[in-house]
Amino acid sequence: MSTPDTQLDALLSRGYQHGFVTDIESDTVPPGLDAATVTFISRKKKEPQFLLDWRLRALERWFTMREPHWAKLRYTPIDYQGISYYSAPKAKADAPKSLSEVDPKLLATYEKLGVPLHERARLAGVAVDAVFDSVSVATTFKDRLAKAGVIFCPFSEAVQSHPELIEQYLGSVVPYADNYFAALNSAVFTDGSFVYIPKGVRCPMELSTYFRINAAKTGQFERTLIIADEGSYVSYLEGCTAPMRDENQLHAAVVELVALDDAQIKYSTVQNWYPGDENGVGGIYNFVTKRGECRGRNSKISWTQVETGSAITWKYPSCILRGENSVGEFYSVAVTNNHQQADTGTKMIHLGANTRSTIVSKGISAGHAQNTYRGLVKVMPGAKGARNFTQCDSLLLGANCGAHTVPYIETKNRDAIVEHEASTSRISEEQLFYCLQRGVSQEDAVNMIVSGFCKTVFRELPMEFAVEAQNLLAVSLEGAVG
Amino acid sequence: MSKPLNSAERLEERGAMSEALLDVRGLTARVGDREVLRGIDLVVPAGEVHAIMGPNGSGKSSFAHVLAGRPGYELLGGEVRFLGRDLLSLAPEERAREGLFLGFQYPVEIPGVNNAYLLRAALNAARRHRGQPEVDAFDFLNLVRSKMQLMRMDESFLSRGVNEGFSGGEKKRNEILQMLVLEPKLAVLDETDSGLDIDALKIVAAGVESLRSPERGIVLVTHYQRLLDHVKPDRVHVLARGRILRSGGPELALELEKRGYDWLLDEAA
Repeated sequence: MSTPDTQLDALLSRGYQHGFVTDIESDTVPPGLDAATVTFISRKKKEPQFLLDWRLRALERWFTMREPHWAKLRYTPIDYQGISYYSAPKAKADAPKSLSEVDPKLLATYEKLGVPLHERARLAGVAVDAVFDSVSVATTFKDRLAKAGVIFCPFSEAVQSHPELIEQYLGSVVPYADNYFAALNSAVFTDGSFVYIPKGVRCPMELSTYFRINAAKTGQFERTLIIADEGSYVSYLEGCTAPMRDENQLHAAVVELVALDDAQIKYSTVQNWYPGDENGVGGIYNFVTKRGECRGRNSKISWTQVETGSAITWKYPSCILRGENSVGEFYSVAVTNNHQQADTGTKMIHLGANTRSTIVSKGISAGHAQNTYRGLVKVMPGAKGARNFTQCDSLLLGANCGAHTVPYIETKNRDAIVEHEASTSRISEEQLFYCLQRGVSQEDAVNMIVSGFCKTVFRELPMEFAVEAQNLLAVSLEGAVG
Repeated sequence: MSKPLNSAERLEERGAMSEALLDVRGLTARVGDREVLRGIDLVVPAGEVHAIMGPNGSGKSSFAHVLAGRPGYELLGGEVRFLGRDLLSLAPEERAREGLFLGFQYPVEIPGVNNAYLLRAALNAARRHRGQPEVDAFDFLNLVRSKMQLMRMDESFLSRGVNEGFSGGEKKRNEILQMLVLEPKLAVLDETDSGLDIDALKIVAAGVESLRSPERGIVLVTHYQRLLDHVKPDRVHVLARGRILRSGGPELALELEKRGYDWLLDEAA
């Protein structure tokens, strides 16, 4: 019988399966960040003055801020002046009017990633706003969405077509001064997605965006803004993979969600960026600010995330529960292997009366990885009758990894009920042997047991995403046996 | 009672080396510094049901686990041939796919893993190994439903987590259900009768009986005679202190029921 350790090593050493690079002439600015860079980006995108002013205020603020180091993360310092802040596929004389005009290499990239564009999109019933590096190249199903009054477009397009919505809502949930990475993003974001669901409209399809980092040494600074007007509903899917890289790539996205009275937003993420190699070289730095505000009564925001990629993840999708009876949910599976580090969790801020929140976090750690759940549940004086339930479970695979749970609970209201449950376990030798004895391979057995561990989160994902999530989990944990 | 022949002698007597499904010779193993198997000889020909009885801590479960390849045992010596192959050189999952099934004494709970999912994965792993096409979800459901009827199991068992929240009796029935679906060549059932009430015992026994066939072998590891009232063994072996102390026909089990094990241990001492 071979020892579990050698099997572990052999299986863990399998390469990243989405590692390929598309060669496209980039229109890239030289590395460096100052007011001129920000102005260049804004001009390149033909933005209105208010947006340029906002970016410049963000930049000014960013210069006064320091990179946060309270998370349980270790990485070499980022040289922010060594990063190029704009990169776009070279603009042709005329922008592509249909997919046939889109660079075939780009389409081939989507093909490899399984992005459901055109016919595949129709079959899958998914509208895709694909972001390749920084410029959106194709948006589908606009007509059908337009009939419902739904706006779903690249952020840069929304800036042109609906500047009043951008001006009203941009930065209203995540102000540019919120934190270091949010300030950076506010100054230099290049594109992202914009969604507006009008009053009383149930969005007729799930909205999906695939992000992809491509050009070397180019940080990605996406900006996403989703507004669900009164009584509306939208389910939004975000999924990503990235080509293999030796250098660390910074990714600092900001996502803002606004739910007005009786509106619901369901935001699901499958994150599979390049995690670095088995020695911890390379990989994406994923410093993301995601926050939703339940601004209206009876509104609801659900975050579901499956995080398998990135060398470093720093991410706390949060809910501000301002409206009475509003509901916030956070369902998370975070997988770390090799030398990956994740410090992730959520913040539930209860402001309104009878607000409720649920947190279910499943952390899986293998190899030499460190996986931290960090969560805040805060109940303010006005949040009479607020309730929270938190469950944090950690699963360890192997002896060299770590799992940490750091819950912060602050309640300023005596009738609040806040519950926290936590567990840490290993895949038991007994469970593994049981599966092996039934003829199931070690790899399949681990996947099965880990998927079972994550089941309460996976069932919150839209069907097609759940399948992708299971596959990613399998790839991420190949052979990681304790 | 005549002195039993050892396994090799029995086989030679039959002149049928080739019909041995399982042939164990001098199997010695330890856990830590405790020698739990101290030279086990046992031959199970195809078509037979053998019972292994013995007091607590005699090495019965260790023997079953070593056959199945459970980690944690250090093999010190001996040989095990299963269908003519060197069983001990195979990984646990390969042994299973070759047709060795272990019914666990304490089936483990695997939360969130669908019972039917594991069973179908197990069946298809064995089928791939044999070069057969995988069964699709529909055919699998038909197959498993028919076996569940036999085990009088509610269909809800399929969608529950593996052994998750099952009672002791339900877990044992689930083991037999798995066995019936997988149709192993050799089933080693480790105290499958313990913790069962009389009705459940009958159901489990009927399940085991239904598997009996000329090409299969069944090894029942048990403390008690009562399972053997329902599944009649061809041979009964007494395992104590890591060795087979005595082998005989079904009457040996009845004698043990009356006299206990001490007299055998005294004789062996």
